[in-house]
Amino acid sequence: MVGKTESQNGAVKATAAPAMNLESDLFSNFSFKSFKLKTKQQELLLRVSILGLVYILAFITRLFSVLRYESMIHEFDPYFNYRTTLFLTEKGFYEFWNWFDSESWYPLGRIIGGTLYPGLMVTAAFIYWTLRFLRFAVHIREVCVLTAPFFASNTTVVAYFFGKEIWDSGAGLVAAAFIAICPGYISRSVAGSYDNEGVAIFALLLTFYLFVKAVNTGSLAWALASAFGYFYMVSAWGGYVFIINLIPLYVLVLLITGRYSMRLYVAYNCMYVLGMLLAMQIRFVGFQHVQSGEHMAAMGVFFLMQVFYFLDWVKYMLSDTKLFQAFLRITVTSAIAVGALALGVGTASGYISPWTGRFYSLLDPTYAKDNIPIIASVSEHQPTAWSSFMFDFHILLFLFPAGLYFCFKKLSDATIFIVMYGLTSMYFAGVMVRLILVATPAVCLISAIAVSATIKNLTSLLRTKSKTAVAGSSKGTGGSKASSKASFDQSQPFQKNGAIALLLGAFYLLSKYATHCTWVTSEAYSSPSIVLAARGAHGNRVIFDDYREAYFWLRQNTPPDAKVMSWWDYGYQITAMGNRTVIVDNNTWNNTHIATVGRAMSSYEDEAYEIMRSLDVDYVLVVFGGVTGYSSDDINKFLWMVRIGGGVFPVIKEPDYLVNGDYRVDKGAAPKMLNCLMYKLSYYRFGELVTEYGKPPGYDRARGVEIGNKDIKLEHLEEAFTTSNWIVRIYKVKPPNNRW
Amino acid sequence: MEALLRPRIIISLTIIVIPIFLFISGASSHQIRINNAERRIDLSTHIVKVFLTLKVENTGKTSASEILLAFPPTQVDHLAFLEALAATGKKKKKTYVSLAVKPTQLPDAPNETNYYTIVLANPLNTGETATLEILYILTHSLEPFPVEISQSESQLVYYRDSALILSPYHIKQQTTFIKIPSNKVESFTRVEPTDRAGNELKYGPYEDRPPYSYSPLLVHFENNNPFSVVEELVREVEISHWGNLQITEQYKLAHAGARHKGIFSRVDYQSKPTFSGVSSFKHLLARLPPRVHSVYYRDEIGNISTSHLRADSWKISELEIEPRYPLFGGWRATFVIGYGLPLEDFLFESSDGRRYLNFTFGCPLVETVVDKLTIKVVLPEGSKGPSAVVPFPVEQRLETKYSYLDVVGRTVVVLEKKNVVPVHNIPFQVTFSSVLPLHFLSIDFIIFVSVLLAYLAVHADKIEPVYYTFKPIFMLAEPMMLASAFFLFFMACVAYLHVDLSIRK
Repeated sequence: MVGKTESQNGAVKATAAPAMNLESDLFSNFSFKSFKLKTKQQELLLRVSILGLVYILAFITRLFSVLRYESMIHEFDPYFNYRTTLFLTEKGFYEFWNWFDSESWYPLGRIIGGTLYPGLMVTAAFIYWTLRFLRFAVHIREVCVLTAPFFASNTTVVAYFFGKEIWDSGAGLVAAAFIAICPGYISRSVAGSYDNEGVAIFALLLTFYLFVKAVNTGSLAWALASAFGYFYMVSAWGGYVFIINLIPLYVLVLLITGRYSMRLYVAYNCMYVLGMLLAMQIRFVGFQHVQSGEHMAAMGVFFLMQVFYFLDWVKYMLSDTKLFQAFLRITVTSAIAVGALALGVGTASGYISPWTGRFYSLLDPTYAKDNIPIIASVSEHQPTAWSSFMFDFHILLFLFPAGLYFCFKKLSDATIFIVMYGLTSMYFAGVMVRLILVATPAVCLISAIAVSATIKNLTSLLRTKSKTAVAGSSKGTGGSKASSKASFDQSQPFQKNGAIALLLGAFYLLSKYATHCTWVTSEAYSSPSIVLAARGAHGNRVIFDDYREAYFWLRQNTPPDAKVMSWWDYGYQITAMGNRTVIVDNNTWNNTHIATVGRAMSSYEDEAYEIMRSLDVDYVLVVFGGVTGYSSDDINKFLWMVRIGGGVFPVIKEPDYLVNGDYRVDKGAAPKMLNCLMYKLSYYRFGELVTEYGKPPGYDRARGVEIGNKDIKLEHLEEAFTTSNWIVRIYKVKPPNNRW
Repeated sequence: MEALLRPRIIISLTIIVIPIFLFISGASSHQIRINNAERRIDLSTHIVKVFLTLKVENTGKTSASEILLAFPPTQVDHLAFLEALAATGKKKKKTYVSLAVKPTQLPDAPNETNYYTIVLANPLNTGETATLEILYILTHSLEPFPVEISQSESQLVYYRDSALILSPYHIKQQTTFIKIPSNKVESFTRVEPTDRAGNELKYGPYEDRPPYSYSPLLVHFENNNPFSVVEELVREVEISHWGNLQITEQYKLAHAGARHKGIFSRVDYQSKPTFSGVSSFKHLLARLPPRVHSVYYRDEIGNISTSHLRADSWKISELEIEPRYPLFGGWRATFVIGYGLPLEDFLFESSDGRRYLNFTFGCPLVETVVDKLTIKVVLPEGSKGPSAVVPFPVEQRLETKYSYLDVVGRTVVVLEKKNVVPVHNIPFQVTFSSVLPLHFLSIDFIIFVSVLLAYLAVHADKIEPVYYTFKPIFMLAEPMMLASAFFLFFMACVAYLHVDLSIRK
């Protein structure tokens, strides 16, 4: 064989060269022609790959918390969600739905299935079951930790389509990139932040996108899809109230501006009716859509739509304009009268419930402070400071008005929607810190329009110029001069340079934004707040793991039916990590119960003992930062306990704990302050400890003072456990003394 | 125990069986007489180690091949380990032969005495003597009294035994030494002649005691060593033929000493460590095999950040772990330790094509009793015919486990044993023990280890081989599954883009 081929080689060689040539020629032609994509295909490829990269980026930027700390659940509420998800995966859906939890709100208990939004847990459990079915042996904790980043990635895709719907695909891509790393969103969706908001923002944006799509197309299918999006949103987060009020408002605006159309009619009616019926399936929401004042706007607009349709029909039937005008007047007046009457009767008879405190506090920022201390005491319900706007939005804050300008310039149904969404949500973001989250998608989208439109204009400027130049040179001498001259005449001087400079400026700003976002994510938003990290004297990382130390101690070394009293902040964590019954927790549904705990904490020990005996308390847990300088401890939250306790029990008076309006813990503190239960439990035997070199014993590092009462004796409680850095202190309530 | 062995033993890893050609015949208990018995009871930790040296003589007419050891019923429940060696040769050339030991029931046993039979390698002829070295280990035999102590008290315990060795044979002369951890002895029973020197109590010598002599003995002394007991340990060993052996160990740890009573004061615990909480323990030491990697230490609520690993590529790695809180009497902690090991150190192919895994039985924690140990060896998917060879009695069963991308599931060999002590898991690699902590570096310890190694070398029973067959082609199953899933996905995408399914044109 070998010989044969060799002998033939010579003969072949002669013909080989041209053949090879031909082949390579063919090959190059073939390959270049077949592999060179058309512009449209190129664009598609670019778009898909950019979107893919953004998708991945959105996921991995949220993994800072796992890298810095560990794969764990963060903060407070996520622990409840984790606990319920665990229950759901272990016991199944029906058990979950009928779950009466006796481990919280002792002795009242809590009907979990009827008082929570199950969307998040069901989503996580569904992902878990799917992965298990595909034989990925993951732990439910990992699923829970990564649910929020996964949905953040999905949100970027929705943002792309939304941007594409309201502007163009370029704006969509920019919006996806913006929202992927926007700190306002990352703050609630880092890995481990297993909270309702994580999936709810996805659901919110999806509902809005589908609704806008339905309005734009008038398609029943899209309206149906948006109803399902709404259903998912209702099942996931209480913020659905924003949707059910924003969409009617938007429809109303369209009606007023004369943009009523059949598309709108189909979209709104289908979405509202189906969405409402679906939402009623969630037990926690129930019949609120027809019974609660917060949902009445949507119903009113629904009827208004029917009136409009009816009028349209009448107008079509009646040829006489005058007659129609009269008819219009009568119909509108009577419709409004009937609506107002129905609302009045409903409210008066109690069928329609009035607005809740939370809703009021949204509309009027000062309402909560005066009336509901329990809402005002939560740090994330505070009005937003300018700095946090800057921190969370960075350049988007300046791009936002520019985007509004572009939207107004090219007004359409879709841009009206995004403008309204942006403006209302910005207002709410100003009222409460946590609602920055809701504003983030709108801000990203509107800013993306600004960026996309600007860059598009600039690049098209650059491109037309170069194109004419190319065209001129190729055409030769004759006509080119005239054409180039003409183009020069149209444009302003230094237009090209200006465009380049502006483009560079835009890229500089955008890169600054990216740097800022990454920095904020890694430094500010990735802390789990269960584990505290600090820098040691030599620059090494010191970890304070006291919370888990205490919770695990409770879990292992107390009787399984022990009841733990603590301020409500730690309720969810104690039940989830400590697996013990708590008196109050973060689901602040019963103000009186919380006030009782607040009262016990702010009473003298013997009075508090009576209260604790009546609540059957076995252990009391307090958080104390005096040794480590951890400032969000119970002493700093104490005034809220006094206020909330005093709100229900007038025996507790705030001035008793203050000296001339000052809150102090040192020698000059009020006598009641120095002897109340919280003070005693926090500072028990603290007076013997030297916390800082060169300071007297009993120096409180969190408040920077030497404590006022160093000789604390406990009569009815005894120290059961104190963590290694004293952050959590647990006391055992002694049984009553024998009478003989 | 170390002191006991020093004068007689010379390190010798080559075990030579010196045959003594004698006639085999049955032997009754009347034939045997114990000329000299020396017992050393080591109470320095919560694991009680007893070394017994018996000089046995056959005074009967026929040769004897079995020697009986008697245990009172209270001890037999706590007996975790029993090993017998026959010593032969002169002082400097002593060699040891490990002997088979099996539990025996005798019909006429007084007071429910339990017996173990030591089967001699060579029957003892009339008039001949033999020296037997017996080591047995008792767990849960120190009873805290008072049962509850506060943070500032130290822990006192009772030890109950007999001053006279319980035996079905006549003992001519016997002595018992009891070693206690400190000088603090509250009380001890006097059975004259009794002598106390420092931290050692000496009972005896007692002359000519008839069979089944018993004289109760009670020592009440201070023992602040950590009473760390793992109530349940589940070790999962997962074999991956891609080169990794993944071990996951789930611990339920408890402090089995005197229960903690009243308050726990952090101020006292931090400022007066010598007076406060002396019987509590803060950290534990785990000895992991060499070349260990990816070690983690966590529990149900997350990572535990207090642990230190001293890993080395050729010697034992040491993992020092701290539970989240110091453990006082009665307190519990659960945690998980996991680590990876290179497969080639543990998995071998036998001549018949079967593969076998050599792995240490027992708990890697130092000085810890395991009440219930479960070992699960997860074989790779597609392996067949598993069998485990463990010389001591363990419960065995098979299970199936589904892990990543499994279709038929992985076979799991489950081994269960109750009452496991550290002697059950000293691995071979200890031979070159230059890394041991200082207080172990005494010559006594090396001798002791060598003796243990001698035990191990004879029996190789602390190592647990699991045999199975496995075709390497199965390794490719999961990558192929993934690849085909991706291929199908891309094919579906291509099909979707090229096929027009719309009804309208």
